[in-house]
Amino acid sequence: MNPIVRIRDATVRFGRRMVLDGLDLEVGAGEFVAVLGPNGAGKTTLLEVMLGRRPLDAGTVEIDGAPPGRRATGIGYIPQHRRFATDLPLRGRDLVRLGVDGARPGLPLDRRSTRPRVDRAIALVGADEFADRPLGLCSGGEQQRLRIAQALVGDPHLLLCDEPLLSLDPAHQTAVTALIERQRRERDAAVVFVTHEINPVLPFVDRVCYLVDGRAAVGPPDVVLTGARLSELYGAPVDVLDVHGRIVVLGAEGATEPHAHHHHEGEHR
Amino acid sequence: MTGVTLYLAEPFAQRALLAGALVAITCGLVAPFVVIRGLSFAVHGTSELAFTGAAAGLVLADDPLLGALAGAVLVAVVIGALGVQERERDAAIGVILAFGLGLGVWILSGYRGFSSAATNILFGNIFGVGPRQLGVLVLIAVVVASVMAGLARPLLFASVDPDVARIRGVPERALGVVFLVVLALAVTAAAQVVGTLLVLSLAIAPAASARRWSAVPMVVIAVSVAFAFVAGVGGILAALAVGTVKPSVFVTSISFAIYLISRLRRER
Repeated sequence: MNPIVRIRDATVRFGRRMVLDGLDLEVGAGEFVAVLGPNGAGKTTLLEVMLGRRPLDAGTVEIDGAPPGRRATGIGYIPQHRRFATDLPLRGRDLVRLGVDGARPGLPLDRRSTRPRVDRAIALVGADEFADRPLGLCSGGEQQRLRIAQALVGDPHLLLCDEPLLSLDPAHQTAVTALIERQRRERDAAVVFVTHEINPVLPFVDRVCYLVDGRAAVGPPDVVLTGARLSELYGAPVDVLDVHGRIVVLGAEGATEPHAHHHHEGEHR
Repeated sequence: MTGVTLYLAEPFAQRALLAGALVAITCGLVAPFVVIRGLSFAVHGTSELAFTGAAAGLVLADDPLLGALAGAVLVAVVIGALGVQERERDAAIGVILAFGLGLGVWILSGYRGFSSAATNILFGNIFGVGPRQLGVLVLIAVVVASVMAGLARPLLFASVDPDVARIRGVPERALGVVFLVVLALAVTAAAQVVGTLLVLSLAIAPAASARRWSAVPMVVIAVSVAFAFVAGVGGILAALAVGTVKPSVFVTSISFAIYLISRLRRER
């Protein structure tokens, strides 16, 4: 079967620096791939390549067998969290609704035909309570849940998530991860999940793509997340510990320790 | 008030009120998007360059309105082509508007007609609107209203959430340029009522006020139109009643009063 995402020998340079260095990655339907790595390793760039926002200096990228960024129906995108302006004339419900009909011409009316889908997506992320409040006055976590509702309302078969757990407390991290996992299971959606923290998603991850300086180790978590494999990738000694089922990478600057490097918005922008 | 009723029979007053209403609707429609997209400075820049265009139109063809229209649209296209990021765009607008304003002053220094013509560009001359100008204003209102009716939703998406909008197939760069052109039309129209210096009172204030009353996009647009209408038409009526003060004074004052009242409301 054809993969949903196919990236071959992808290379992106930023001046002299290699942001992506000959990366190969395929993501098939129903597959959950976590993209890990320290700050500036190229995680966000990899996502931008899949979105068609960043051209490759070499190599190819295909989404559903075509170059990315043309007509992206069926792609759910959860961008890295940035707070909405407090005076935005928009409710959470409107943000979700734009995920259904935002590209269609016309006035931004609350139409009856989209209402059930929007209501369902809002209920799914548990946002009923604040979906009718001004979006800019919702908390960071509330805004993030509405963003996830917006991404899921289009029933995507590919979900591209850029640090979706940032600014969520542990309970909501679990809830949001479960929603994304459910979309994978029920719709057979491919999931690319950029994250600093592997542990909340570890139970669902089929493969990890661990990026360091634009080079990647790709494979099942128990193969890639080992001291030997990561030491090779970092070119420096790295230990991987399993602490009661939680994985901790030690010795590497900015590795996947829980709660490390949370506030790093805007890398490579 | 008897003065007002007497005036209402006069064609110049009827044209002024009709023009004011058209301009208010036009501005009220675009204002929410000006605020969301952070284009206040672009409005100011466009209107200053509408002044330059108007000056050139006045000197070359005795037609400030067409000149203003040409100047504003040209600037909108240039800003759209230049502006990628807000800071970069605002710096570019600042540079262009300073030069353009200087150019306008130089053009006007060669003008040998009535000196009030220059003041009218800056502060508006709604009572001088002739049938042909009114025709242009009707045309602008129809174009702006049609474009906004067709593009409001994708434009809203591109304005509040550009990253996701692009992924969902909204041509957000192109929409941004289209909106700047629509904005240029609205600004030129508004300049006929309040003058190029006071355009912000109709092109921003109504939306800034409307947001205080609702966060529902369509309601904010409607309230913005209503506020612009009250300020525009109310200002002209007040000027007719008083007789010696330019309508721009009343339009800006009413607009400001609405803003103050709106600010006093508790944030919703």
